[in-house]
Amino acid sequence: MSETQDPRSAGSPAGCEGCGSGTSRRAFLGTAVAAVAGALVGCNNDHVEDFLQHNFRELSKAEVEEMIARLEREYKAQFGREVHVGNEPPLPGVIFGYALDLSRCIGCRRCVHACVQENNQSRDPQIQWIRVLQLDKEEGVDLRHADQYYDPPEVPEEGHFYMPVQCQQCKKPPCVKACPVGATWREKDGIVVVDYNWCIGCRYCMAACPYGARHFNWGEPHLPVEDLNPDTHLLGNRPRPKGVVEKCTFCIQRTRKGRYPACVEICPTGSRKFGNLLDPQSEIRYVLENKRVFKLKEDLNTQPNFFYFYGV
Amino acid sequence: MPSLATRSRFPAWGLGLLLGLLPPALRAQAPPARGGDGSMPEGIQVPKPPFSEGIFPCTSCHDGKSMKVNPTPRPLTAMHDDIVLKHGPASRWCLDCHDAQDRDKLHLVSGEKIDFTVSYRLCGQCHGDKYRDWRVGVHGKRTGSWNGQKQYLLCVNCHNPHSPHFKPLKPMPPPVKPDRIQAWKGGAR
Repeated sequence: MSETQDPRSAGSPAGCEGCGSGTSRRAFLGTAVAAVAGALVGCNNDHVEDFLQHNFRELSKAEVEEMIARLEREYKAQFGREVHVGNEPPLPGVIFGYALDLSRCIGCRRCVHACVQENNQSRDPQIQWIRVLQLDKEEGVDLRHADQYYDPPEVPEEGHFYMPVQCQQCKKPPCVKACPVGATWREKDGIVVVDYNWCIGCRYCMAACPYGARHFNWGEPHLPVEDLNPDTHLLGNRPRPKGVVEKCTFCIQRTRKGRYPACVEICPTGSRKFGNLLDPQSEIRYVLENKRVFKLKEDLNTQPNFFYFYGV
Repeated sequence: MPSLATRSRFPAWGLGLLLGLLPPALRAQAPPARGGDGSMPEGIQVPKPPFSEGIFPCTSCHDGKSMKVNPTPRPLTAMHDDIVLKHGPASRWCLDCHDAQDRDKLHLVSGEKIDFTVSYRLCGQCHGDKYRDWRVGVHGKRTGSWNGQKQYLLCVNCHNPHSPHFKPLKPMPPPVKPDRIQAWKGGAR
């Protein structure tokens, strides 16, 4: 839209200089308004709706449904495939927790790629929500010795252990605090989500996140049609536009329907454990009650709902 | 073998207390505390054991007639020479786990014969801590729903019982380094 607007608005000040009278300001505004109106009429009605839409949390039920219908139309046009955009609300009595067994993870990166397939990340420029760090056993969890680009023929490598890092779904998320427009927030079930339509792309949240868990769409996301996962969620894995921040949502489109996140299901070593923190019988509660557990960067008081533990 | 309800971490006294409070008529129908939907003997759903092709039933060769049982530990040459036994002490030998009389079964230390489908009971004799964790869903992989039916794997789905160490894997490609990522100007792609 800005492209169509630019030539006209650039033209009008030159015209004002020429007339040099007191009415020029009014004339200029008139022209500008006409230009904007022209630009709006010129583009698709869906784009206007998109532009005028409010913050997700202020939308009524009907408005959310309209938004979903609009998005599904847009994706159909973009990909030539039916895309389902879901809007499952948080389940009552559920706060999601995640635990990762550092004694079992072998750093095979199956989770990284399963996540990309499930969550429709841009393939080029590449965006990945999980980063697997290779650490030295001698140094312990010391991020100064972390390497995420390791590529030996086989893992695990002697003398190393592996620590996947993704969004920690903090109870006190610094990213939410930093967002100047309220485009990211923590849901009732503990998932920190992003309203991609409201995000202004300032990346303050990325600077605030101590885990490097947020990723920015610097370029137009490129997602081949055959790789598209058509089962999406409004606040999760629906295809993103350029210029917005995205992050792990514990596979909101799966977990709110009772399924495990994609990374849990793919892990060949069973290092990843997921469940309801409020259910005393869940696996996650067993881990928290019986294993040696730590939180990454606990000293920052972000209070993650993502835990690391030693299963042996 | 106690049921899952009593062997799991939820203390048996909890269930006992609950049952004690119920009127006698209801006690018979009281559902087990966890995992027991009645469909499986222990409420654990496991896939089939990962046999090599054509190897099972063992009695198709070991029928007890054409081949006599030789209980002497020895390197196998005629058959099964692909099996490398690398599990525990060197004295370990086939018939410690496989039953000599009924070749389609395994046996526990107690002498009880068990099916291959419940081989986790055999593993659990030595690896009690892992067995306990596996039963509650912490050791090993779970698929299915976090709030509903879960699919377990047998120990032998991940650990070859003859050489149980988890095999190394080829890692999937590392991320692209930031200096190699091109943001396409104007979204021209």
